[in-house]
Amino acid sequence: MQKNCIYLDNNATTKVDPEVVEAMMPYMTDFYGNPSSMHTFGGQVGKAVKQARQQVAALLGADDSEIIFTSCGTEGDNAAIRAALLAQPEKRHIITTQVEHPAVLNVCKQLETQGYTVTYLSVNGKGQLDLDELEASLTGNTALVTIMYANNETGVIFPIEQIGLRVKEYGAIFHVDAVQAVGKIPLNMKTSTVDMLTMSGHKIHAPKGVGVLYVRRGVRFRPFIIGGQQERGRRSGTENVPGIIALGKAAELEMLHLEEATKRERKLRDRLEQAILTKIPDCEVNGDPTQRLPNTTNIGFKYIEGEAILLYLNQHGICASSGSACSSGSLEPSHVLRAMGLPYTILHGSIRFSLCRYTTEAEIDQVIAVMPDIIQRLRDMSPFKNDQAGWLQAQTLAHR
Amino acid sequence: MWEYTDKVLELFYNPKNQGEIEETAEQNVKVATGEVGSIACGDALRLHLKVQVNTDKILDARFQTFGCTSAIASSSALTELVKGLTLDEALAVTNKDIANYLGGLPEAKMHCSVMGQEALEAAIFNYRGIEREVHDDDDEGALICTCFGISDTKIRRVIRENSLITAEEVTNYVKAGGGCGSCLATIDDIIKEVQRESALEIAAPASNKIAVATKIAPSTLTTVQKIALIQKVLDEEVRPVLLADGGDVELYDVEGDKVKVLLQGACGSCSSSTATLKIAIEARLRDRISQSIVVEAVEPLF
Ligand code: FES
Repeated sequence: MQKNCIYLDNNATTKVDPEVVEAMMPYMTDFYGNPSSMHTFGGQVGKAVKQARQQVAALLGADDSEIIFTSCGTEGDNAAIRAALLAQPEKRHIITTQVEHPAVLNVCKQLETQGYTVTYLSVNGKGQLDLDELEASLTGNTALVTIMYANNETGVIFPIEQIGLRVKEYGAIFHVDAVQAVGKIPLNMKTSTVDMLTMSGHKIHAPKGVGVLYVRRGVRFRPFIIGGQQERGRRSGTENVPGIIALGKAAELEMLHLEEATKRERKLRDRLEQAILTKIPDCEVNGDPTQRLPNTTNIGFKYIEGEAILLYLNQHGICASSGSACSSGSLEPSHVLRAMGLPYTILHGSIRFSLCRYTTEAEIDQVIAVMPDIIQRLRDMSPFKNDQAGWLQAQTLAHR
Repeated sequence: MWEYTDKVLELFYNPKNQGEIEETAEQNVKVATGEVGSIACGDALRLHLKVQVNTDKILDARFQTFGCTSAIASSSALTELVKGLTLDEALAVTNKDIANYLGGLPEAKMHCSVMGQEALEAAIFNYRGIEREVHDDDDEGALICTCFGISDTKIRRVIRENSLITAEEVTNYVKAGGGCGSCLATIDDIIKEVQRESALEIAAPASNKIAVATKIAPSTLTTVQKIALIQKVLDEEVRPVLLADGGDVELYDVEGDKVKVLLQGACGSCSSSTATLKIAIEARLRDRISQSIVVEAVEPLF
């Protein structure tokens, strides 16, 4: 297994912070009590869980009682959507976007088969929503609006508070999948229009298998997982104590690092992006260059395919990710990039680099050093050289 | 991350025969080019063959590929495979040969090898001046998968050539079904049809590709010999065809002229195919052993 790689795939998952590991270890060894138990042994574990809840609440600018620990982002999204619908059985309309994570999109698709109507808001070439389209879709029958805070592939940030104001006018519940936003932009639920918000531990240097669903006090909530009375009956099941402790510590560290890390990441990201754009012809940044997470850049390299780029990067010990079909199990390129209406020449050759607070300048320089050659080698092999190429022109697109 | 063989990675990182072949002024030499795929679909290959006119020999082969690791490795493998062959010999190269040369491809990437074989065919047809409309029967069939522009003739061909038995496999081989998925049910139907057709082929000796076994006069057979012969015919002539379609047959018992068999896999799944197969196998055994043979399909005991 490769260990010392240049890891620029932090939107997929992050390294667990050593301090987080240290914080959680005793709860895997010595303090194994059940926080629900009456005895002191369980009680002290219960106290640690309480502290973790406070740490997470602080990161979100929320109250402890508004934090529900879950197993992951997907569970949070599923729980939020189901809860919102169960709480308002008379309403049968949902609004979401075409670029959501599958944890939202696939639930919506399933709900369509159960008699719900779903509006999938479109995005423009920069990956941004049209708020007029949102406004036009809202009705008194809208039970839920579920929209991501920041896109995992392009980093594009949606104007969540502006959206929330409109949603409130129609009395719908507003859920935000903030899995990519937490720890990258400051959040304050106290002054927010968001009713429910999902986050995931492993995107902020905690381990996999733990997440949070924030539910604003007063928002009616019907549980998705039913059993004992853990999480005040809102999410039953014995707590993943080491994961929760880890998440608490990770949240505390995020608060500590947020400002300075964000600045550093933005600087390094911009340096990488600028160097690539200047050194390599025929490539462009996908997404909104200003409304974007500081750690993410998604660059489309014309005339070549993403998986091939990834493999060459891998040979240099560099981990990134691609929106191309061939790198995934599916045969279609990223639904996000397609929704943005990117041309096929860019679509298949898009690479996402996502940084974190551990990313160093030397690593970024290493990527800058190898990219031009990789792209050149693949372009030398490609039958498509420029948009004027006869063959490219002659393509009748088999796709829609 | 996909699991690639060392050979795939070797040809990806160090591709052989990459590039174009320029039209040449050399006497007795011509360049043939074949293009398949599209940038829309995410895979495209342009194959160049340098052909010695009087011998039909491929003197050199080069490729230009837009696609992933396996597309590049498949293209490279293809050029290695066809160099030195005559055009007719090259036409016999299948996508399986390409995949085998690479030590295998991930199932979901088999379409890369299919693209290689198609580019080869396209180059040779172009060279021979055979009109694509006339020869490329792939375009003649009804369009089944609109997402990837795949016709039923092409789907039928890969099902037959690669003995595919599920729609998922068809998707892996030609992409059909890998988009919106709305054509998957039709692909399932096509698979069933192809299976039915090949089952009937067993029953039609005239059109059968399997070599004819030597007939032994049934009157001279002992019971043991008779059972052995039935087993031989089943093993050598019937099972390969059924296996190719995802099914199988096992000899269960022989009572006089009554031959009891267990049908398995795709062959055992529906009542109409059971009937077809009973007739097909019976016809084959009657032809080989005795006209009085009756085949019975027995239910497997669990
Ligand atoms: S029509 Fe075949 S996948 Fe969409």
